Amino acid sequence: MSPRRPTPGASARRQPGPERTLPPAAIVAPAVLGVLFLLLPSAALVGRIPWSRLGAIYSDEGVWTALRISVESALEATAISLVLGVPLAFVLARLAVPGIAVLRAIVTIPLVLPPVIGGVALFSAFGRNGVLGDSVHGVFGADLPFTYSAVVVAQVFVAMPFLVVTVEGAFRAADRGVEEAAATLGASRWRIFSRVTVPLVAPSIVAGALLCWARALGEFGATLLFGGNVPGVTQTLPTLVLTLFQTHPEDAPALSLPLMGVALLVLGGLRDRWLRTAAAS
Amino acid sequence: MTRRPWRAAMLLAGIPLVLASCSSSGGSNPGGNAVTGAITVYAASSLTEAFGTLEKTFVAAHPGTSITFDFGASSDLATQIDNGAKADVFAAASPSTMADVTSAVHPADFTSNKLEIATPPGNPAHVTSVADLAKPGVKVAVCDPAVPCGTVAQTVFSNAKVTVKPAAQEADVKSVVAAVESGEVDAGLVYVSDVHEAGAKVHGVPIPDAVNSTTIYPIAVLKDAPNPATARAFVQLVGSAAGRRVLTANGFGPA
Repeated sequence: MSPRRPTPGASARRQPGPERTLPPAAIVAPAVLGVLFLLLPSAALVGRIPWSRLGAIYSDEGVWTALRISVESALEATAISLVLGVPLAFVLARLAVPGIAVLRAIVTIPLVLPPVIGGVALFSAFGRNGVLGDSVHGVFGADLPFTYSAVVVAQVFVAMPFLVVTVEGAFRAADRGVEEAAATLGASRWRIFSRVTVPLVAPSIVAGALLCWARALGEFGATLLFGGNVPGVTQTLPTLVLTLFQTHPEDAPALSLPLMGVALLVLGGLRDRWLRTAAAS
Repeated sequence: MTRRPWRAAMLLAGIPLVLASCSSSGGSNPGGNAVTGAITVYAASSLTEAFGTLEKTFVAAHPGTSITFDFGASSDLATQIDNGAKADVFAAASPSTMADVTSAVHPADFTSNKLEIATPPGNPAHVTSVADLAKPGVKVAVCDPAVPCGTVAQTVFSNAKVTVKPAAQEADVKSVVAAVESGEVDAGLVYVSDVHEAGAKVHGVPIPDAVNSTTIYPIAVLKDAPNPATARAFVQLVGSAAGRRVLTANGFGPA
């Protein structure tokens, strides 16, 4: 990790006075503009929330169903991402073979893929006419698209890279000396991984899982296309917002409350506690 | 690094300058009565091909004009217009959607559409009627009830006295067509005009008139149209005999 503070030698040479700690105005001005630009849309959205009708909007059973499907599917997607993603992150961080850098890039493709393209890609892989379509039907006796499982799969696809990237960084930075000590004491490789390495990076796994869950909760494009947006089955809170925007656009901001609340809690909490701990480990 | 040119342009030219150059380069004709310059037409996605043909007719008849289309779910477009989207003309797939647009000036009905069942070529699930759509194991895509084609689909289901549990509720009718074309669903409820346009990529199963339902398409120039003269000329073409011929050729019905 890059040092946060100047090294003792450097600080002895030029003591940073108060005027030095304050960035120059040429940097402060665009920074303030930047934060305003990022904050304004969310603040304006909160301003548009029809507070007086909030009760009526949230007494709608469809909203609660969509919220429940969102929360549950995001939890399941996070669980799957943990099972697959932590080992993947370990391999990416520790396996020194040619081509591992390419593999690392491939893992992050869903991070930059336009959401709708993500949906098309899932059809191409797991759809009826997809590469694995027949295998999916053979194993499960049903097609994957337009099912609750499809919603979870779409979320794993877009959210797991967040977990992998976060945990991979921690595996790289983790102190190898402790692992070597365990090896000297005769611990098996699996035992070292499960009892030494994973506990070492636990804060990052928690951080990655929370990021992953938050991303899965907000997942929209691939879910819409691959899931089908059917109320009670595959309609999540984000896809319900799309439907609501077409008929009652004035009510749509109200549905952003739970999602924005989660984003604030998760990301706010992460920045202060977990990410810093993870960086220090 | 695709963002870099944008950022550089904003910083160097200044945002007001960029905006000013945008509005002057369009060659629009505010206030004037000459039919020239660019217009923006917001239209129901079912009109994609018919309006594409009419665009060629229009530009050929009025050199110096150009049309930018935004096709989508009528209800979605209506929301965008109400939120200040700069458009000259709006063509909706239902009168109620048009009624949501407060800035529409004297909407006029210009065509109509009915529903048809579209299946992948070869009709793998052997769908021959609306009732077949309710069979277990038959995967059906419909429009979301929030958009006009979804409203019409609900009417057709209730006319046929069937309860269909759709596998997918799509955001607009072209997405339903796409789901059918890809073979991911066994059938979709789309407009007659969509089956017509999809050609060999889908198989059409007509719905009898006793069960079917019609939706009327209104069109209007918008109050704040940047180029009202050209907008009116385009609306006139759509309502003319030539316009009707194109719509009929694309599977649309009388207004």
